[in-house]
Amino acid sequence: MSPASVFVCLSLTLLSDYPVIRVKPDNSGVVTDGVKHSMNPFCEIAVEEAVKLKEKKFIKEVVAVSCGPTQVTETIRTALAMGCDRGIHVEVSGKDYEAMGPLQIAKIFAALAKKEEASLVILGKQAIDDDCNQTGQMTAALLDWPQGTFASEVTIDGEKVKVVREIDGGLETIKISMPAVLTADLRLNTPRYATLPNIMKAKKKKIANMKPADLGVDMVSRVEVLRVDEPPTRLAGVKVETVDDLVAKLKANGTI
Amino acid sequence: MVLPYLLITLHCYISPYKSHRCIRALKTVQAEHAPPQHYTWRRNCSSAVMPRITSHYTIFPRDKDPRWEGVEMERFADEADVVIVGGGPAGLSAAIRLKQLAKEQEKELRVCLVEKASQIGAHTLSGACLEPSALNELFPDWKERGAPLNTPVTEDLFSILTEKYRIPVPMLPGLPMNNHGNYIVRLGHFVHWLGEQAEELGVEIYPGYAAAEVLFHEDGSVKGIATNDVGIAKDGSPKDVFERGMELHAKVTLFGEGCHGHLAKQLYRQFNLRENCEPQTYAIGLKELWVIDEKKWRPGRVEHSVGWPLNRNTYGGSFLYHLNEGEPLVALGFVVGLDYTNPYLSPFREFQRWKHHPFVAKTLEGGDRIAYGARALNEGGYQCLPKVTFPGGMLIGCSPGFMNVPKIKGTHTAMKSGMLAAEAIFPKVTAEDPASKTAGLHIPEYEDNLKKSWIWKELYAVRNIRPSFHNYFGLYGGMVYTGVFYWILRGKEPWTLKHAGLDSAQLKPAKECTPIEYPKPDGKLSFDLLSSVALSGTNHEGDQPPHLTLKDDSIPVANNLAIYDGPEQRFCPAGVYEYVPLETGEGMRLQINAQNCVHCKTCDIKDPSQNINWVVPEGSGGPAYNGL
Repeated sequence: MSPASVFVCLSLTLLSDYPVIRVKPDNSGVVTDGVKHSMNPFCEIAVEEAVKLKEKKFIKEVVAVSCGPTQVTETIRTALAMGCDRGIHVEVSGKDYEAMGPLQIAKIFAALAKKEEASLVILGKQAIDDDCNQTGQMTAALLDWPQGTFASEVTIDGEKVKVVREIDGGLETIKISMPAVLTADLRLNTPRYATLPNIMKAKKKKIANMKPADLGVDMVSRVEVLRVDEPPTRLAGVKVETVDDLVAKLKANGTI
Repeated sequence: MVLPYLLITLHCYISPYKSHRCIRALKTVQAEHAPPQHYTWRRNCSSAVMPRITSHYTIFPRDKDPRWEGVEMERFADEADVVIVGGGPAGLSAAIRLKQLAKEQEKELRVCLVEKASQIGAHTLSGACLEPSALNELFPDWKERGAPLNTPVTEDLFSILTEKYRIPVPMLPGLPMNNHGNYIVRLGHFVHWLGEQAEELGVEIYPGYAAAEVLFHEDGSVKGIATNDVGIAKDGSPKDVFERGMELHAKVTLFGEGCHGHLAKQLYRQFNLRENCEPQTYAIGLKELWVIDEKKWRPGRVEHSVGWPLNRNTYGGSFLYHLNEGEPLVALGFVVGLDYTNPYLSPFREFQRWKHHPFVAKTLEGGDRIAYGARALNEGGYQCLPKVTFPGGMLIGCSPGFMNVPKIKGTHTAMKSGMLAAEAIFPKVTAEDPASKTAGLHIPEYEDNLKKSWIWKELYAVRNIRPSFHNYFGLYGGMVYTGVFYWILRGKEPWTLKHAGLDSAQLKPAKECTPIEYPKPDGKLSFDLLSSVALSGTNHEGDQPPHLTLKDDSIPVANNLAIYDGPEQRFCPAGVYEYVPLETGEGMRLQINAQNCVHCKTCDIKDPSQNINWVVPEGSGGPAYNGL
């Protein structure tokens, strides 16, 4: 009935809370120092789904995993406060962290899922700072597991998972066998608040620490960011009185 | 639990007339601003239907609300030795000092600190020129610990501005504005660093959790605080994710909410702490951070000005500090005393137009604005200090208000007050038998310590400078007074001048005043309000009751708009208050855009009807200042 023993639910800390973003003076990236980071909203939904599945007794254990510098432990604590049983922090900092992209993260998650013998890996569909939407899919490919992405409804049915996916044309329902990778979309659930008593209790839950090298993962990036620029400032619109004026302006502009 | 607000007035016009749905004026209003559909009421002697604005449980208690029947209201409670409300310089210094003493004397002490911002420093805003006196006492090795005091003051300029020109005033040593030996800091970063030091010492810091309620023992002493409930919908009903806040009980609770704290406001009434002092008087400070052209950058330079664009009877002035943190950054801002009389005055627009003065514009030309924020600050000083201890708790920092107004510095005194509080508390909370008459400890030694410290001497010496502005010559009279009595006589004159009274009572009716013509923002040096608010990074969970609560929903239109032309639309630096035409019928209604709020507290201070009561929204909401 309940085969899922370890449930790895992955969350990433990201720029969130609608902060003010600006480009670094050398155009190499955006300023992240001092900007508030918090759990990616889609990952919150993923954690909530995992905890709900545990509450419904489909799975036994929920493990929250994240990669990044020490700040990331706060995010793992929030996940623990929401109901996860234990956490794993894969330490990546400095230059490795700046170069870290979906492929490296997927390699780490895949290695961990294999090591911990997870039955289900749930992630948020995409991170709201880079909007890549790649990590879940890459993890599934590396593990050669089936994937149910953009999930708006998840039901466990014996050894299989029924996933209702949000796609451009509407909703698609698929049935995939476990172990599988799922990515959470917006309407999957409404995440619970991490209340203060739970945050205090979460301090007692274990967070294991490891490095990518311990998992045999090579962090070298095949992507190089050449330049980051702000979007061009929007020019003021011009109002014209007549259609002739409009045509004249468009001609003068070279548009027609 | 005891609901503290004694002035709950259940509006007699409210009745859930479901038949009035057809004339509801709210259908066309955007969803996020639409007050609940079933609580419209008829305004007396008018055909207009006014939508209900306030739904917060502090105005409409939940025990009488049928939607809350059967909802579990039990709260989880935990015990600490000391609970501190507010993670600013005062709260953190108190926490650090307590843990330092615990380490020295090898005693165990549980110190918990709650802070409404999502991270420590996110709601901190100040100029700031930090006087390192208190920091030197707290951490003599602050430099080795990496405190972000990177910009020693190198140049100090003071000017009186006229519309086109600048009159330089020599910054003689001994004048309160002299900054020799001080550091220009980004206070948000400094507070963040203090938070890290506190955590290292073992203080339990909980950002993102606001203290919403004060708890009392049976004997009336303070028992602790309760954090905010979450998951209440905009109309005041419980959502699926509703969770009760948590109770933190302590032997002593320190309240360091900063200027005009909402829990402190309640405590003043509860314990009659203000019976022997003048009502506090305030100013609003607006601030921006700019990255300027490198050629114009003079790291370490401090510039202050008074005069234009304010008239001589409106207290206020500007600051512009050149930071030295790698890139050419300047912190600049404008302060306007909230005892101003003209309801047409807009502190935000005075700030924007000040930037066009040739002396200021030349620094900013070619630069980019990267941050904006605003906060109220204390101007009362010595005359407005309340009693700061009461059974079970004490007030620290800008909450009671230790700011040295002519120096425009309050951080060093706030830190020192936190440290003195810690030193007074420590022996009592670690004693075997605290020998207290009340369950919550009353520690009057804190007030004695304050009176013997340099805080008191400093505030006493400058006590007459701010009130000296209340004379016919306004600013100029004040400057003469400062020159004679402070610079020469060091504040030793035997008299103590009084302030003008409550700030909210100073506004003259609109018909007696002239509207001020403000220039349109040019988008390069001056900007409009909404783009500024966007830069503050402020946001709140949309589906929660507005935290700007009105004791009486009808008063804004009946009083504020009718007599004073709605000054809240001008003094709010975040565009929270708007008078918009009613969708049907004649007249206006007040629209509260609570999500814009930057937690400055100006509305609670300046509302001429004193009808607005600012309460804390769900934790983590509010501005996201980064080193302001």
